[in-house]
Amino acid sequence: METLAEIIKFINFSFSYSGSTTPILKNINLSIEEGDFVLLVGPSGCGKSTLLRCINGLIPHLYNGAYEGEVIVDGELVKNKNVNELATKVGFVFQNPENQIFMFSVEKDIVFGLENIGLERNEIDIRLKWVLHALGIEHLRYKPPYELSDGQKQRVAIAGVLAMKPKILILDEPTSLLDPRTALDFILLLGELNKKFGLTIIVVEHRIDLLTNVANKIIVLDKGEIVFKGLLKEIIKNKNLNLYGVGVPPVIALQNNLRDEDIIFDEVYLNVKDFAKEIKRRLI
Amino acid sequence: MIEVESLYFKYPLSNDYVLKDINLKIGLGEVVGIMGGNGSGKTTLIKHFNGLLKPTKGTVKIFGKDTREESVAYFSKKVGLVFQNPGHQIFSDTVWNEIAFALKNFGFEEEIINKRVKWALEFFNLTQYKDTSPLLLSGGEKKRLCLASVLAWNPDFIILDEPTVGQDFLQKEKLIEIIKMLITQNKTVIVVSHDVEFIWLLQPRLILISNGVIVKDGDCKSVFKDNAILEKCGLTKPQLVELYEELYPLIEQMPVDIVEAHSMLLKLLRGSK
Repeated sequence: METLAEIIKFINFSFSYSGSTTPILKNINLSIEEGDFVLLVGPSGCGKSTLLRCINGLIPHLYNGAYEGEVIVDGELVKNKNVNELATKVGFVFQNPENQIFMFSVEKDIVFGLENIGLERNEIDIRLKWVLHALGIEHLRYKPPYELSDGQKQRVAIAGVLAMKPKILILDEPTSLLDPRTALDFILLLGELNKKFGLTIIVVEHRIDLLTNVANKIIVLDKGEIVFKGLLKEIIKNKNLNLYGVGVPPVIALQNNLRDEDIIFDEVYLNVKDFAKEIKRRLI
Repeated sequence: MIEVESLYFKYPLSNDYVLKDINLKIGLGEVVGIMGGNGSGKTTLIKHFNGLLKPTKGTVKIFGKDTREESVAYFSKKVGLVFQNPGHQIFSDTVWNEIAFALKNFGFEEEIINKRVKWALEFFNLTQYKDTSPLLLSGGEKKRLCLASVLAWNPDFIILDEPTVGQDFLQKEKLIEIIKMLITQNKTVIVVSHDVEFIWLLQPRLILISNGVIVKDGDCKSVFKDNAILEKCGLTKPQLVELYEELYPLIEQMPVDIVEAHSMLLKLLRGSK
């Protein structure tokens, strides 16, 4: 099947949950390349969570419904793989880390998934040390989860997922429970994982100002359909994004509004410092 | 009026105070933002505002009544609390019944209940789900349902714990509109949030908490100027504040929204031609 750099592909895909007559996803055609950092946005109830469930196989294996078209992950049809097999390829980090941390120490929690897939002790140790180091949580190794701060819990949750060495990491509103400083640090960490390990990352997030510096692609869903997809720097210029519930960060909204006044910027400045520098440059 | 005097609080079996020497007065018609790092005591504080938690030391009074003297139900009529996690609040079989639940408990007449529920459903775009189980709603819709349920009984104080989590841009804009409308009715809205961009648009009186202590209580603009305090509380700056600081003295005032920032930049750039 697909062996190109395309790691996720939806072909003419539609889905409705059983008992519902209206499809929650309609005619989705989508391709995500290996190493992409994708921001998935859209109004609440537009089908974002459903789309994610189609990638990690919860749909169709655990949620029943009318499944039309194909979803291909890492070259294989999701419907032909079971959830366990997919879990080694697709890591999922929930909004609330409490939903996925349940062992009595950080170490035990991280190795839980590895022991379940029957890895050898030696390999488990190597991976454990690797994730503890990669996420900067070596000092938390023997701590019980209840002694951790929310930011630390979020890192432990991601460590448990990352230890499985997935090719794809999916995060559903990962910063919503974190204070702004911790949230920013966490997003920068995701950017690092994406760059260092070529990990494909998909993040659902409403506070997109946090992500504009790390994500390269964006998908906008509305009423179960894709209304925009492509490079973040291109799509973010579209003034209609607001209509789809996408909160364009103020610094970008300003550039979009100034463009209407014929004040054109050659590129999109994603952060305030660069934008302010450009304003000052024009005043010289 | 909510009056907090020398409030100290610790959870049972714990030696550490989660709240320390809190003194506050919140009157009617105010918008108040409460911000602070994870675990700073924000949620513990607001749970004192409807008597869910009682002070270990000190007093909390709602309209002059000490929260130790009456039940949570008594204070809830006056102070509506919308939890951060809708799962903690939703338990009825349909969206309609969820909104009607508290109204029935407070003993409103059937006719009033029907009117209020209908209003709340329409106002929050939930009418299409009135016969649906709340559990089938999306995260953002559940959040709206919780707010609808509380507003339906018309409390004087409305406390929103992280209201923007899971809400898209349009819902956030609507939330700002709702809050502004409530203020015109002399209601008080207290918002606990990590969302600095949302708080900036709201321009509330802003209270910052760090480690169980109020470290700042002032107008939004003055609070976001205080770098040391922001650092202490794990807060970042709203982009418009950052822009003002980068461009000062080219622009002399902090823009409160995009429209204001746009006209400032336009003047600046056009003036230079």
